[in-house]
Amino acid sequence: MAAKANILIRKGRVIDPASGRDDVADLLIENGRLTRIGASLDAPGADIIEADGHWVLPGLVDACVHLSLPGSGRTGDIASETRAAAAGGITHMAAQPDCGPVDSTAVVRLIREQAGQAGFARIMPIAAMTQGLQGEQLAEMATLAKAGCIAAGNAGRRIASALVLKRCLEYAATFDMPVMFRPQDSALSAGGCAHEGPVATRLGLPGIPAIAESVDLSRDLLLVEATGVRAHFQQISSRQSLRLLREAKQQGLPVTADVSIQHLLLDESALEGFNSYCHVIPPLRSAQDREALLEAVADGTIDAICSQHTPIGSSSKAAPFPATRPGMAGVDTLLSLVLELVDEGKLSLTRALDAVTAAPARCLGIQAGQLETGRPASLCVVDAQSRKDYGEHWLSAGNNSPWRRAVLKGNVKLTVCQGKVSWLTD
Amino acid sequence: MTLAPSSRVQLTDDGKLRHFLTTEHLPRPLLEDILDTAASFVDVGGRSIKKVPLLRGKTVVNLFFESSTRTRSTFELAAQRLSADVLNLDIAKSATSKGETLLDTLRNLEAMAADMFVVRHQDSGAPFFIANEVTPNVAVINAGDGRHAHPTQAMLDMYTIRHYKGGFAGLKVAIVGDILHSRVARSQVHALNTLGAEEVRLIGPKTLLPVDAEALGATVFTDMAQGLKEVDVVIMLRLQKERMDSALLPSEGEFFRLYGLNNDKLQFAKEDAIVMHPGPINRGVEIASEVADGPRSVILNQVTFGIAVRMAVMSMAISGQDSVAAQGGAHGS
Repeated sequence: MAAKANILIRKGRVIDPASGRDDVADLLIENGRLTRIGASLDAPGADIIEADGHWVLPGLVDACVHLSLPGSGRTGDIASETRAAAAGGITHMAAQPDCGPVDSTAVVRLIREQAGQAGFARIMPIAAMTQGLQGEQLAEMATLAKAGCIAAGNAGRRIASALVLKRCLEYAATFDMPVMFRPQDSALSAGGCAHEGPVATRLGLPGIPAIAESVDLSRDLLLVEATGVRAHFQQISSRQSLRLLREAKQQGLPVTADVSIQHLLLDESALEGFNSYCHVIPPLRSAQDREALLEAVADGTIDAICSQHTPIGSSSKAAPFPATRPGMAGVDTLLSLVLELVDEGKLSLTRALDAVTAAPARCLGIQAGQLETGRPASLCVVDAQSRKDYGEHWLSAGNNSPWRRAVLKGNVKLTVCQGKVSWLTD
Repeated sequence: MTLAPSSRVQLTDDGKLRHFLTTEHLPRPLLEDILDTAASFVDVGGRSIKKVPLLRGKTVVNLFFESSTRTRSTFELAAQRLSADVLNLDIAKSATSKGETLLDTLRNLEAMAADMFVVRHQDSGAPFFIANEVTPNVAVINAGDGRHAHPTQAMLDMYTIRHYKGGFAGLKVAIVGDILHSRVARSQVHALNTLGAEEVRLIGPKTLLPVDAEALGATVFTDMAQGLKEVDVVIMLRLQKERMDSALLPSEGEFFRLYGLNNDKLQFAKEDAIVMHPGPINRGVEIASEVADGPRSVILNQVTFGIAVRMAVMSMAISGQDSVAAQGGAHGS
């Protein structure tokens, strides 16, 4: 299929959480733009995709991925990982600044070039907030924004002091640049690799207490209030944090938040037997935390669900648990796992899809995640009922996922990213 | 890597020991079997020829990623008394410091036709990783992993308790000191509960108690007088000097005043209570000399029993592995 051929997607169930649309309709893509959504469209010469019985969704927006650039210690490359994302219906992904790090226009250009050449997904880099992510001196945030970074952050790395952080936020606010926070107090989490709770106690794993997150979050929120910067909090994991976020939102602070999909599906019990695939930061917390996070997604305290995709080579996971690298590969399974939450009755279908499309786009302040006519088309066609055997169809170079061999609902048939077909199965 | 639960990894399909990684989830008859087998070896140490041929022709490799002269020596002695060939590798100073991964080191050793790895490692779960993912057909004996488990130490303590108390029914046992960092305490709690002790108590300041310590299967006390009340056994843990540097304790002096075992505090326990310590002891820090050298102390006997218990575990694990091999199975690989 030619890159910019006209495409007519027929008779799919069109679900667009941003507009509230949920009906059977045809969609027409002409010259890469979504031109019409309606009944019985006619488009002579267009490639026809029969989507009868399938869903047509906006392309997924993943608010947190870790890219594999040389030197990042991760496996795969931008092409392999964006292709895996496209196969999972993802069209837009925000990349953490810890590959490189993203503190110079050269790195931003490299990422954009590689993503552009691969053409599977749009990568939106987040700028390093401090030079080399060292947490001491300001990075050239304005220059990086001009080069294409959509926000600034420090990828969860330590910032030297409240003073440095305050200045980072003031500087970002000067250019109305959103700031991405990953709250985790470095002293309270030092040396830890598992949620401080009964499982870590039994397994003798050094703990990371829930307050490592909430102590840092409360300080961050006070600084956000003081500086007026737009803030997005990533990978919230504990219920104490949710109380703080609710208060902040009620006060009208310009604050949004996301959670990674694994924290909605797994808890600390997944570590039994020293399962290093479940070694992630922040750690998988208690069953009560997991329930509270699900409620927070349902009620909107948490806006978005992300993959926190971190592809790691198998040798980095083949070691005693505390010595393994934290992280899970997640772009392959994000959509399937979100549908799992719908099947379990934890989230409504609309809210679940909103949390991986329009909501993260809002958090990131980008135009994406909805089916808008007149704009470059980014969408996916999903056979939501048939199951996908990830043992056979895994594309990320990182095998580090507990769902690496799972069979899950949700088969992406077609992904169109900015008018271009990025994924198509027979 | 997804590792199978501890109980399944350690046992053959018909329930025999093939690795010894943790006391948790092992059935009571098996723990009793270890103690009974050890009893039969205690006499060996008293003979003029101290060897039995159970492990003749087998190669035991002591893999100590964390150095420990004492524990390594008792394992070495136990292996020699079973007539095994013993290779001591002080990995802390060799291969892995040259950048070789743990995986590569182990595969190399497996290729040398080792039959048993005795593993000590600073990371919790390391012996599980080895038994599960690397060398399932080499018997793995955990000689201490991180804060997780030290099952042979726990079993020699169980042996000592049974020796002096006749059994476990109705016993109250207090474990005192740095519970947070103690692999010994964790293994003791599981073994005591499985063997039928009435109550296991953990005593220490909150900075040295793990979060949700009750989840181990114990009651928690922060006061010595209350915690030692009417106990039959007092197990003191060694306090590492570095705890003072990481703001867990103000001083050795204050720790000794509050939690150090002297004759006054021992009054709270039952009159016939015994005092144990996994060693090496810090006199005047966690235990006073008057108690360590006193009539209730059984600390030196623990060391004697340690060799017999390790002989028991080693011979049982080798026999479990042999039975798997005889069935032609590489089960677990």
